[in-house]
Amino acid sequence: MSEHTYTPKSKFGKWFNDRLPLLSLASHLTDYPTPKNLNYWWTFGGILTFCLLSQIITGLVLAMHYVAHADLAFNSVEHIMRDVNYGWLIRYIHSNGASMFFLAVYIHIFRSLFYGSYKSPREIIWILGMIIYLLMMATAFMGYVLPWGQMSFWGATVITNLFSAIPLFGESITTWLWGGYSVDNPTLTRFFSLHYLFPFLILGLVILHIWALHVPGNNNPIGIDVKKPSKDTVPFHPYITIKDLFALLIFLIIFSGFIFFAPNVLGHSDNYIQANPLVTPKHIVPEWYLLPFYAILRSVPDKLGGVILMFGSIFILMALPWLDSSKVRSSVFRPLNKIFFWVLVIDVLALGYVGAMPAEGLYLVVARVGTLYYFAHFLVILPLLSRIEKTQPLPLSITEPVLTGMPKVEFIKSDKPDV
Amino acid sequence: MNDSKKKTNRRDFLFTASYTVGAVGIGATIWPFIDQMNPDSSVKALATTEVDISQIEPGKSITVLWRGKPVFIKRRTETEISEAKAVNLDDLKHPEKDEDRVKKAEWLVMMGICSHLGCVPLSDKGDYNGWFCPCHGSHYDTSGRIRKGPAPTNMEIPKYAFIDDNTIRIG
Repeated sequence: MSEHTYTPKSKFGKWFNDRLPLLSLASHLTDYPTPKNLNYWWTFGGILTFCLLSQIITGLVLAMHYVAHADLAFNSVEHIMRDVNYGWLIRYIHSNGASMFFLAVYIHIFRSLFYGSYKSPREIIWILGMIIYLLMMATAFMGYVLPWGQMSFWGATVITNLFSAIPLFGESITTWLWGGYSVDNPTLTRFFSLHYLFPFLILGLVILHIWALHVPGNNNPIGIDVKKPSKDTVPFHPYITIKDLFALLIFLIIFSGFIFFAPNVLGHSDNYIQANPLVTPKHIVPEWYLLPFYAILRSVPDKLGGVILMFGSIFILMALPWLDSSKVRSSVFRPLNKIFFWVLVIDVLALGYVGAMPAEGLYLVVARVGTLYYFAHFLVILPLLSRIEKTQPLPLSITEPVLTGMPKVEFIKSDKPDV
Repeated sequence: MNDSKKKTNRRDFLFTASYTVGAVGIGATIWPFIDQMNPDSSVKALATTEVDISQIEPGKSITVLWRGKPVFIKRRTETEISEAKAVNLDDLKHPEKDEDRVKKAEWLVMMGICSHLGCVPLSDKGDYNGWFCPCHGSHYDTSGRIRKGPAPTNMEIPKYAFIDDNTIRIG
């Protein structure tokens, strides 16, 4: 936390702060020195906090009207949509909110990839973030099961069956997850319970994520270390709060566009048919934000292999700080990494596209090439790149290139970062 | 510290004993919280289903629900039986003789669950005139054996018995 010591002005404030230093914490958060060159890609942390709180509040309200029972769940969701005052609005905020949450988290993750925010000394922030992301996927998946429509049911069946690929114990693990011999009422009730719990686990991890962030402070677009507080930093409030708020406003306009004009465009119409264990929908697809992983799963013609690659594609990210050993953080100064970053973006988008298509013909070929490239990016390209890439010279400080117009050789030091 | 032979003293014994008792105690406390998620008695009680098969015409099949999962009961035609028997076992991903998958050649009783990720395959579809799973494209033959696609095994045969000529008990 911050080095400076804070003393409240009022006598009561001082008395209270000596016993519980909440005011010191508030002062730390307000004055927190932030690099002054943060761009709008850095506003997604605030947006994500908003998303989490919005999901918790709307979810809390939905749980007041929803009934977690295989016979009643589907109708209780329709009851929320038709009878409950503003139920349609709250449910649409919640269901589209999940999509917006993932949209923001993907931008946040790719921001981190581009500017090297996962590198030393921020590895723990990155790993906590990846755990949050995993929990988000689990939460979203279980939430999607609750309306008990056809996609809910069959999505749950396919995903829980992934565990049956585990050798020896697979069968007993799936039975244990289901609480029966198929996805049924016991599955629904436990998913509801866990769907309620997980957001609070995420909230706890978000607090740790921010705590870990406040130790080294923010990374920034040029990726060099910043002395704080100094000419290179501004206090978090009001400079960053107002910028975050403005970005949130733009984000909310897009969010509202979905809620009011296209509330079902990101969903699947089959989920408005009640779950039927005897009929599988023609074409099962997960929600859009899971499609790249679904494409990886289906690209392997072997059950266990597909499952291993799918989970591997996420766990490989946890090792990223050690796979990419380049000392230069920001891709602004890494001409080759900049190119491969965009290739990775296109690769993930392509995987997402073929994940929504049937697993056959050209789509399957694209999925296989895409999967291969995804793993090659992290296991081959990044480790090699960080050794052979000729990085550009880094500026001395954030302020210097701004004041002098960069790049000017006299203000540039060697290509080693400020460690 | 005495670095000669390490002697087990009274205190070491007490530590080990308390850790052991503590670990067993924690394990015994956690187990009910894990086991409560396994199938409960009411789920297990629904373990058998009896089905009347007298109305099924040759070439037709019915689907019944057993333990929340579909079971296909198919009355196979002579061609389908001979097709299933004619297959060379070396061509199979999961080699099983057709004779081992049925009690009476005319009746194929099997779980209507794709062994890949649990979807319900469509009947009379696919490249082998058996079943085709729309989820990830697995093809099964007239004996429910996997022939093409990502599924690792043949469709499962549940425990069942013919009570008489017209009734099957599953489970």
